Amino acid sequence: MSITEVQFQATAVEDAPVEAIEGRSQWQLTWRRLRTDWVAVTSIVVILLICAAALCAPLVAHAVGHGEYQAFPNKGTNSFGEPVGPGTNGFLLGTDAIGRDLLVRILYGAQISLFVGLVTTAVAAIFGVSIGLMAGYFGGWIDTVLARIIDAVLAFPYIVLALALAAVLSPSLAIVIGVITFFSWAGISRIVRGQTLSLKEKEYIEAARSLGAGPWRIMFIDIMPNLLGPVLVLATLYIPTAVSFEATLSFLGIGIPPPAPSWGNILAEAQDHYQTAWWYVVFPAAALLITTLAFNLLGDGIRDAMDPRTERLLAGSKSKRERGKRGKQGGNRGLSLDRGIMVGRQADQSVDRPVGAGDLPAGEEG
Amino acid sequence: MSCADDVLVRVENLVKHFPVYGSGLIRRSVASVQAVDGVSLTVRRGRTLGLVGETGCGKSTLARCIAGLIPVSSGKVYFEGKDITNLPRRAMRPFRREIQMIFQDPYGSLNPRRRVGAIIGDPFAVHRTASGQQRKRAVQELMERVGLNPEHYNRFPAEFSGGQRQRIGVARALALRPKLIICDEPVSALDVSIQAQVLNLLADLQADFGLSYLFIAHDLEVVRHVSDAVTVMYLGRVAESGPGDSVYDHSRHPYSAALLSAAPAADPDAAAQRQRIILAGDVPSPINPPSGCRFHPRCPKAQDICRTAEPVLETKLGDPSTHLTACHFPVEAGEVLARAGRKERR
Repeated sequence: MSITEVQFQATAVEDAPVEAIEGRSQWQLTWRRLRTDWVAVTSIVVILLICAAALCAPLVAHAVGHGEYQAFPNKGTNSFGEPVGPGTNGFLLGTDAIGRDLLVRILYGAQISLFVGLVTTAVAAIFGVSIGLMAGYFGGWIDTVLARIIDAVLAFPYIVLALALAAVLSPSLAIVIGVITFFSWAGISRIVRGQTLSLKEKEYIEAARSLGAGPWRIMFIDIMPNLLGPVLVLATLYIPTAVSFEATLSFLGIGIPPPAPSWGNILAEAQDHYQTAWWYVVFPAAALLITTLAFNLLGDGIRDAMDPRTERLLAGSKSKRERGKRGKQGGNRGLSLDRGIMVGRQADQSVDRPVGAGDLPAGEEG
Repeated sequence: MSCADDVLVRVENLVKHFPVYGSGLIRRSVASVQAVDGVSLTVRRGRTLGLVGETGCGKSTLARCIAGLIPVSSGKVYFEGKDITNLPRRAMRPFRREIQMIFQDPYGSLNPRRRVGAIIGDPFAVHRTASGQQRKRAVQELMERVGLNPEHYNRFPAEFSGGQRQRIGVARALALRPKLIICDEPVSALDVSIQAQVLNLLADLQADFGLSYLFIAHDLEVVRHVSDAVTVMYLGRVAESGPGDSVYDHSRHPYSAALLSAAPAADPDAAAQRQRIILAGDVPSPINPPSGCRFHPRCPKAQDICRTAEPVLETKLGDPSTHLTACHFPVEAGEVLARAGRKERR
C-alpha cells in the first residue's frame, strides 16, 4: 500500500503539468455529428430566431407603437370595417378583425406557445421519466398498476377531457398547461419503462447492486444517463405536439381565453374573415407551421446524431451530393427523404455502391 | 475440517430453483429450473477456490447467490461464521464491502455513459467512505495499482481495450478492500496474452492484500494455475472437489476425467499419451434432471445403481480427506475409460 502511494506520488509529480485526459462524452459526439446535419442546424437557427422574436415582442410593440390589446378602429380597418392588409397604415402583417396589429399579436402569441410547449414538455418529461423508471425497475405490482395508468391515459380522449374541464372551470393558461401535461407524460413513461426493462438486466446494474447501491441510486445514477438520449429526442418531438395541442385547444375556445393572443385563438377569429383577409389566416398558421416543423426536424436530427450508425448515412448522402456535382443523377439529395428509415438507407447505399462508394467510410472525425 | 478461523465462506447445501411459468391466464409455476441443487463448499482465507463446469451447470448462479444478488431457495451461506443468507438489503450492506465481484463481460459490466473515475469511485460513493478530492485520489491510486494510467480518470469505458476494461472492473472490486472477490469468468472474454496479464494482476493483488478468490471459469488450465482447491460442478451438483493437484492428477469422477482430458495440453508428448474421453449427448435439461446420479446418461461407467441412487460426496480410494467425489464407481489410477458414453435417453 505504502509503496503504491509512493509510486503514485512520484508519477504524479512527474506528470503534474499534464492535465487529466478528458474523454469525449456522448453529448460531445452527438453535437459533432449534429453540426454536420444542415437541416438540424437550420432548425436550431429557426428555433432560436422564434424564441428571440417572442422575447422581443414588447420591443416590437414599442417600436411600431401598437399595443398587444390596442385596437385601431380608424386606421386598422377599412371603410367596410374589414381588416387592412400587410403594409397598410404601418401594419406590417396587416390587422385583425377589430384593427389590432397582427404582427404584435403573433409575437405575443409566440410567447404563449413556446411557454406552454417548453413548460408542459419539461414537467411531462420529469413525471414521465420518474414513473417509467419506477415501473420498469421495480416491476411486479408497481409496474402493473403504473402500466395500467399509462395505458388509461393514452387511451383517454383528450379533447373530451379538455372540453369537460373548460366547461366546469373557465378556460385559463393553467388549465391548458395542466391538460397538455396530463396527456404528455404517459407516452414518455411508456418509452422509459421499456428502456428501463432492458437496461436493468445489464451486467453493470448487477455490478452496482453488488456494491450495495440502493434502488434509487441505481435508477437515477446508473440507468438514467442511458435514458437521457431517447428522452431528449422524445422531448424535442413533444414540444411541437404541445404547441399544436395548445393551438387546438385555443382554436376550440377552451384554451387561452381572448383577448390574450394565442396562435390558436387568432386562427379561430380569422375563420370569419379569411375570404377577404388572407393574411389573417396565413401568418399565424405559418408561425405555427414553422415552429412545429423546426422542432420536429431538430428532433429527427438529434435522433440521427445519437445513433452512431447514422455516420454512414450522412457520409453516404455526402458522396451522393458530390456525385450530383459531377453531373450524374443530379439534384436528388435524399437526405431529408430517407432520414432515419433503415430500409431506405440501405437501399440507397446499395444503389450507391457501383458508382462511387469508395468514400463511404470517410467520417468527419479527426 | 480444519479450524473454523481459516474458513472465510461456507456454503451449506445451497439450492436455487428458478420457477418456470406456464402461459395461462393465471401465472403459476409449472416447473422449476434447478440451477443449483444442494451445493456445499468452503473458501479459505487468502486462498483461491476454483469452480469449473460446463456452461449451464450453475456456476454463475452459485456465485450470485453467495454475493447476495439473487435470493437463495434453501441452504445457508456463512461469511466468517455469520449467516448472510437472504439478508435484507440494509443488513447486507456491511457484507457488500467484504464480498465483491468481477464480472465476465468487460463490456457489459461497465456503464457506458459514466466516466471511469465515477465507475471506480462508485464503491466509495455508495458506502460514503470518501468524497471529493479524497475519492479522486483513492480512485487514481487504484487505477495505478491495477496498471491503468490515472490520467485516464475522465475517459469513458468505450475508450479502453478489453483488458483495460477488466482492470477497471478489478479496481472497482478492490476499492473497498474486500476479503472475498468472486471472479465470474474474469478472463474468458479476453485474448490469451491479456488473460495472463489479468491473472498475474489478480495473483499480485492476492499476495498484497490477502484476498480470497472464488474463481469461476470453464478454462481448466486457468483454474489450475490460480486455484488452491477446485470444485467441479455438473448440472447444479458438485461432482468432485478437493485440492487442485489431487483433483487434476487423480480425477475420480468420470465427468472430471472427461473434462480434463478435453483440455488442450501445452506439451505435445503429454497430449499424445493422454486418453481423450469423448462424452456423448448434451447436458440434460436442468428443468428435468436425470434421476440418481445426474451424470449417468452420459457416463461411460454408468450401471443400474447410478440411475436410481444418488451418489454421496465422500472420500474415495485412499484420496486425501479433503478430496471428495460423488460417484458410485470412481475412476481408479491408470484406468482407461470407454471412448464414448451411452446415448442420452430421450
